[in-house]
Amino acid sequence: MASSGSATQKKRPKLASGRGTKRKLTRRNSPNSKTSAAPLVVGGNQALDFYRNMLLIRRFEEKAGQLYGMGLIGGFCHLYIGQEAVVVGMQSTLGEVDSVITAYRDHGHMLAAGMDPKGVMAELTGRRGGYSNGKGGSMHMFSKENRFFGGHGIVGANVSLGTGIAFANRYREDGGVCLTYFGDGASNQGQVAESFNMAALWGLPVVYVIENNRYGMGTSIERASAETELYLRGAANGIEGEAVDGMDVVAVAEAAEKAVSYARSGKGPYVLEMHTYRYRGHSMSDPAKYRSREEVQKIRTEKDPIQSYSDKLTANKLASTADLKAIDEEVKKTVQEAADFAQNSPEPDDSELYTDVYVAA
Amino acid sequence: MPIPVLMPALSPTMTEGNLARWLKAEGDNVGSGDIIAEIETDKATMEIEAVDDGIMGRILVADGAQGVAVNTPIALLLAEGEDASALEQSDAAEALNDESQTGGARSSPASTIAAPIEVAPTEIEYEGETAVMTVREALRDAMAEEMRSDDNVFLIGEEVAQYQGAYKVSQGLLDEFGAKRVIDTPITEHGFAGLGVGAAFTGLKPIVEFMTFNFAMQAIDHIINSAAKTLYMSGGQLGAPIVFRGPNGAASRVGAQHSQCYASWYAHCPGLKVVAPNSAADAKGLLKAAIRDPNPVIFLENELLYGVSSQVPVSGDFVVPLGKAKVVRVGTDITIAGFSIMVGKALEAAEILAEQGISVEVIDLRSLRPLDTETIIQSVRKTNRLVTLEEGWLFSGIGAEISARVTEQAFDWLDAPILRVGGADVPMPYAANLERLALPQVAEIVATIQSIA
Repeated sequence: MASSGSATQKKRPKLASGRGTKRKLTRRNSPNSKTSAAPLVVGGNQALDFYRNMLLIRRFEEKAGQLYGMGLIGGFCHLYIGQEAVVVGMQSTLGEVDSVITAYRDHGHMLAAGMDPKGVMAELTGRRGGYSNGKGGSMHMFSKENRFFGGHGIVGANVSLGTGIAFANRYREDGGVCLTYFGDGASNQGQVAESFNMAALWGLPVVYVIENNRYGMGTSIERASAETELYLRGAANGIEGEAVDGMDVVAVAEAAEKAVSYARSGKGPYVLEMHTYRYRGHSMSDPAKYRSREEVQKIRTEKDPIQSYSDKLTANKLASTADLKAIDEEVKKTVQEAADFAQNSPEPDDSELYTDVYVAA
Repeated sequence: MPIPVLMPALSPTMTEGNLARWLKAEGDNVGSGDIIAEIETDKATMEIEAVDDGIMGRILVADGAQGVAVNTPIALLLAEGEDASALEQSDAAEALNDESQTGGARSSPASTIAAPIEVAPTEIEYEGETAVMTVREALRDAMAEEMRSDDNVFLIGEEVAQYQGAYKVSQGLLDEFGAKRVIDTPITEHGFAGLGVGAAFTGLKPIVEFMTFNFAMQAIDHIINSAAKTLYMSGGQLGAPIVFRGPNGAASRVGAQHSQCYASWYAHCPGLKVVAPNSAADAKGLLKAAIRDPNPVIFLENELLYGVSSQVPVSGDFVVPLGKAKVVRVGTDITIAGFSIMVGKALEAAEILAEQGISVEVIDLRSLRPLDTETIIQSVRKTNRLVTLEEGWLFSGIGAEISARVTEQAFDWLDAPILRVGGADVPMPYAANLERLALPQVAEIVATIQSIA
């Protein structure tokens, strides 16, 4: 029988409220829309911190790319260039009891979590001074002190693990929230759906941040996902979701504030889909033939998170060109020191081969 | 002829049960689907329904009867048109039937449902107070004691809380510790194993129950990539103090996907510890040690052993260290090393061989990683002969590892090749006779030992 409302129905099925929670799914500030309307709400130190932190990640990753080219970094190396606004905006809302877990494109997350660029870079070069004493590498780095739980190389695994960290927050009633980052590719893994179900069922304080950079390695989201609006992925379990312009650090910070306070207040998980873009290949060995040079260039010109943000800072007189220049110099120096440290730190001692397999009982 | 009502098998491993009570009396009308009695198994109390219409003619097994074997007639139903005189005819027929069976030519189907369960040896060297309990109760007590002494310990898995455990291992834990610490999950092994590991990263001590280890294959990525490797990958900063436990190996006629031994799978991986107890005392002592251990521990139980009783130390301080094998029978001519339910088979074989003048030393490995190579080699230095025994496939199995180690470290002490007894190199068949052929039996162990003794 024909439905009376069929004329107004969209392709997507209408979402009804579940579990007594009113679900709101909103999409705002798409990076594809020409007018990014997020207000510039931060001022003073935080405004410059955003700039500094994004620039630190950019310069750090560029340096990592260079060191890889020189053969000083081996294996896989997945650069975060282009996505800096996501992690910097998200991190701005976190407190001491909160924690972060992510997948293998993780250097930016570590720097944003406050980890020392020297220790991160030295891990990339496989040296004793690295966060894992050279035994983890690019994809497997942790900092208990900074509540950064890795750094995971199996796509999607970090989503169940992050849900478990949030479970521990709830178990201890410590008020903490776990930011669990993953990509558009990982969102199709079965354990993501399993984790969403448990997080919603038990009201766990976890914010799932889907960094949608449009490609899971070489496969575009359209070729991988039947539903490309990833903020809807929690809807079947009654999880609120929102799409955010992940190229706008202020929009990210606003969304983060809302999502983190929601999770912290005991209402359960929240999904943020960050529309973002990676400029480099999937890893250093990826020629990225699956997209055009023009596509990359267009995003870099029109949407670059650092350039657009610095333009706003100067236009709104929150920073002068000289202020930014000073930060540029400071960041450049920090990154150079990290690179020097990473090259000069010795390789782990041979005896380290057999340490840290078991904790002595 | 009256219709016999037989004692039903209410689980794959049930061999007997108690008749809790009758809900129909002699002379009552019975309709198909009516509940006629309640039967207690070792896991639950179940209602049984009549399959046929009729009148309850005679109750053969009274209320409260204990240990009624599966397939024993427990009542006779009179079919439509029959009266009490039919019962007398039945008695006469039964007498004839008994005579025909004394010839031994016919075996009842009940005898093939499950072999009798061997009683595991007691911890004779333990001098404190002990009590007789089942492996099931010993495991429950181990968890309860550790949960009482450490708030960070919790139990999570399918049906562990409200259902009281699919195999009733967690019976009573929800009542004592509440829903915060005894957590029912959805059917989502990959997800809840990962969730457990994430919680362990923060210092909590989850006990993750898999309904059986067959289902843990869905979660094996988290067990190995997340739990076993993180300590190393983090340069020692964080690891996963977690126990993954549940029944492993064949139960009884549950087919290929539910009958597999994972001992060698997990023992292969550095970063994991793997234990597989046989006796109730070891079940308790090893599980307590596993929960206290700061590393991920795979705790392989056996469904057929859950109901087996033996002496268990009462003290909450009783712990069996991980990585220590135990000589459960002292002998001089040949050593046999096995684990879990196969230890019982080895002891049976040793008993038979003793009558033939062959003295067999039986080692219960208990831990598979770390493997107590020293105890095996000490024994081989005495007996100069070794047979390994496991339920799983021999290819790349525990026996293969033991054989390699003994050959490398005690070659000069060997007077014969090391032989391995294990499961047939096939997926587990369902048919009772084929399943029996696929699993190591006492006769095969005896013959293998005889071939080199």
